[in-house]
Amino acid sequence: MSILLIAEHDHQALNPATAKTLTAAAKMGDNIDVLVAGENCQAVADEAAKLSGVSKVLVADNAAYGHQLAENVAALVAELGKDYGHIVAPATTTGKNFMPRVAALLDVAQISDIIAVESADTFKRPIYAGNAIATVQSEDAIKVVTVRATAFDAAEQGGNAEISAVDTVIENTKSRFVGEQLAESERPELTSAEIVISGGRGMQNGENFKLLEDVADKLGAAVGASRAAVDAGFVPNDMQVGQTGKIVAPQLYIAVGISGAIQHLAGMKDSKVIVAINKDEEAPIFQVADYGLVADLFDVLPKLNEKL
Amino acid sequence: MKVLVAVKRVIDYNVKVRVKPDQSDVDLANVKMALNPFCEIAVEEAVRLKESGVADEVVVVSIGPKAVQEQLRTALALGGDRAIHVETESMPDSLVAAKILKGVVEKEQPDLVILGKQSIDSDNNQTGQMLGALTDMPQGTFASKVSVEDGSVEVTREIDGGLQTVKLQLPAIVTTDLRLNEPRYASLPNIMKAKRKPLDTLSTDELGVEVKSTVKLLKVEPPAERSAGVKVADVDELVDKLKNEAKVL
Ligand SMILES: Cc1cc2nc3c(=O)[nH]c(=O)nc-3n(C[C@H](O)[C@H](O)[C@H](O)COP(=O)(O)OP(=O)(O)OC[C@H]3O[C@@H](n4cnc5c(N)ncnc54)[C@H](O)[C@@H]3O)c2cc1C
Ligand SMILES: Cc1cc2nc3c(=O)[nH]c(=O)nc-3n(C[C@H](O)[C@H](O)[C@H](O)COP(=O)(O)OP(=O)(O)OC[C@H]3O[C@@H](n4cnc5c(N)ncnc54)[C@H](O)[C@@H]3O)c2cc1C
Repeated sequence: MSILLIAEHDHQALNPATAKTLTAAAKMGDNIDVLVAGENCQAVADEAAKLSGVSKVLVADNAAYGHQLAENVAALVAELGKDYGHIVAPATTTGKNFMPRVAALLDVAQISDIIAVESADTFKRPIYAGNAIATVQSEDAIKVVTVRATAFDAAEQGGNAEISAVDTVIENTKSRFVGEQLAESERPELTSAEIVISGGRGMQNGENFKLLEDVADKLGAAVGASRAAVDAGFVPNDMQVGQTGKIVAPQLYIAVGISGAIQHLAGMKDSKVIVAINKDEEAPIFQVADYGLVADLFDVLPKLNEKL
Repeated sequence: MKVLVAVKRVIDYNVKVRVKPDQSDVDLANVKMALNPFCEIAVEEAVRLKESGVADEVVVVSIGPKAVQEQLRTALALGGDRAIHVETESMPDSLVAAKILKGVVEKEQPDLVILGKQSIDSDNNQTGQMLGALTDMPQGTFASKVSVEDGSVEVTREIDGGLQTVKLQLPAIVTTDLRLNEPRYASLPNIMKAKRKPLDTLSTDELGVEVKSTVKLLKVEPPAERSAGVKVADVDELVDKLKNEAKVL
């Protein structure tokens, strides 16, 4: 049976999570078709066609898919997906939004946020904020799966898949896009950055995040935050790392003024190297840190900036 | 307007679970249980809609064994008007939970259904969306702001890139994110009052839903443990280690 992979994109470029999800999909079977649903999204389809291991790219290019409304996208995917063995998407907020609808329309369960593929029907996924790893087996005819992209390497370039248009237009009248406020940043995207530096409540206010940003810019790093820093209004929600925010697994994660609550650890403990900077030597973050520096962050950050 | 809120009994968020030695599941014996934090936010939002005169009734529903009545009482103490307990032997998976909730929606005919975006045990993040598909209702997931006006609801959603706002025709589904509100604490008088609020029990047979799962749990393991590394004395040593030992700079 073939696999339908739903591409994540912003209508202009493919999100890096797609190539990583493709690697996961390739472990479930072969014959992988990629669906690009969007508006004026031909460039995304061209990019997807170049990924190694893609058989065919389906493009549903219509205003109905312009804002990825779950009602429209899910109905399209359920319609196209009923002849596939697997329907796979990255576990981003877009994937999390429409995929359970797809599963329910097809009357099958969804396996969320997998971190390993054991076989075509058996997967590993974290539960309880990553404090346990469940191995689950799906008996459904169609397996609807979302993938934690950071757990897989990106598929290689070098493919040359055929691209074909899909004319199915599904437009519901019950939901409508009103507007969006997207964070603009010159820095790398949090979930795909090689280095992430995050600040917590210890940063005290939003202005002080400038200290982190200076270091981030020297390192080419992305900037993240704990929930406490977001709740306090220091930084916007899209910077939250954790169980209920973004999951990151960079080469280097630097936690500054973050205590290390289990919900925060759930989002970063698969980073290759972890550095913790905290003035409290008892802070739980030190239990997972490869390098801990017990010191005042307001002393450390300017020095670090100088040294780099 | 009637608001239906689905609430789930889960492990308390402060508790770090342990895996059973035979790796069959996590060990929940004698562990503190609580209302799922996202469901608490859902109840709070519904109660605020009532307090501001937008809603006139808040019905809370929970699915699971008898013990979930404890969380229903908590939800009533936070301001729910009445509760429905749909009794099942164990916690159903998300699709079954959504099918059961669909049955409750058909009985109750709410204008708005509020759920948590995810439960902190299985971290699935599915039930609300599935209920949306099954009832053909539009959805506003991961909500950080909800405003109801003239037969529709405007929902601001926390998405990876920032915030997105959608407008949904009622009846609609909303799932809550952390910053939607800060739930109140139940006061002692309200806890006492909640004991006398109506709590009905329904069976899955009455709702015509078969409880079965197509997902088998084969094994539960502890995650790979990280061990604590070393403490460095100062910034110089840190930069040196990152460059020459870890080789990440
Ligand atoms: C349902 C639920 C979901 C959640 N999801 C998430 C999530 O996704 N992500 C997340 O991060 N949290 C999440 N949380 C919150 C989590 O439990 C913690 O409350 C949060 O992570 C704490 O953030 P913090 O470490 O910044 O703050 P605190 O715990 O207050 O820690 C601040 C730290 O800064 C240190 N510090 C202070 N001043 C200085 C200084 N000058 N120099 C050096 N160090 C200093 C202190 O020693 C302290 O260790 C969730 C909670 C719940 C209930
Ligand atoms: C493979 C597998 C094995 C499992 N094994 C066990 C087991 O051994 N023991 C066990 O007890 N459970 C088990 N479960 C059930 C699991 O813990 C959850 O109860 C189930 O997956 C449904 O919740 P969710 O996390 O998917 O909900 P989510 O989709 O993450 O929850 C979102 C929201 O849906 C609503 N909701 C969800 N469930 C309910 C409910 N029951 N009542 C009211 N509202 C609800 C709440 O508003 C919640 O905030 C298993 C599930 C799976 C998939």
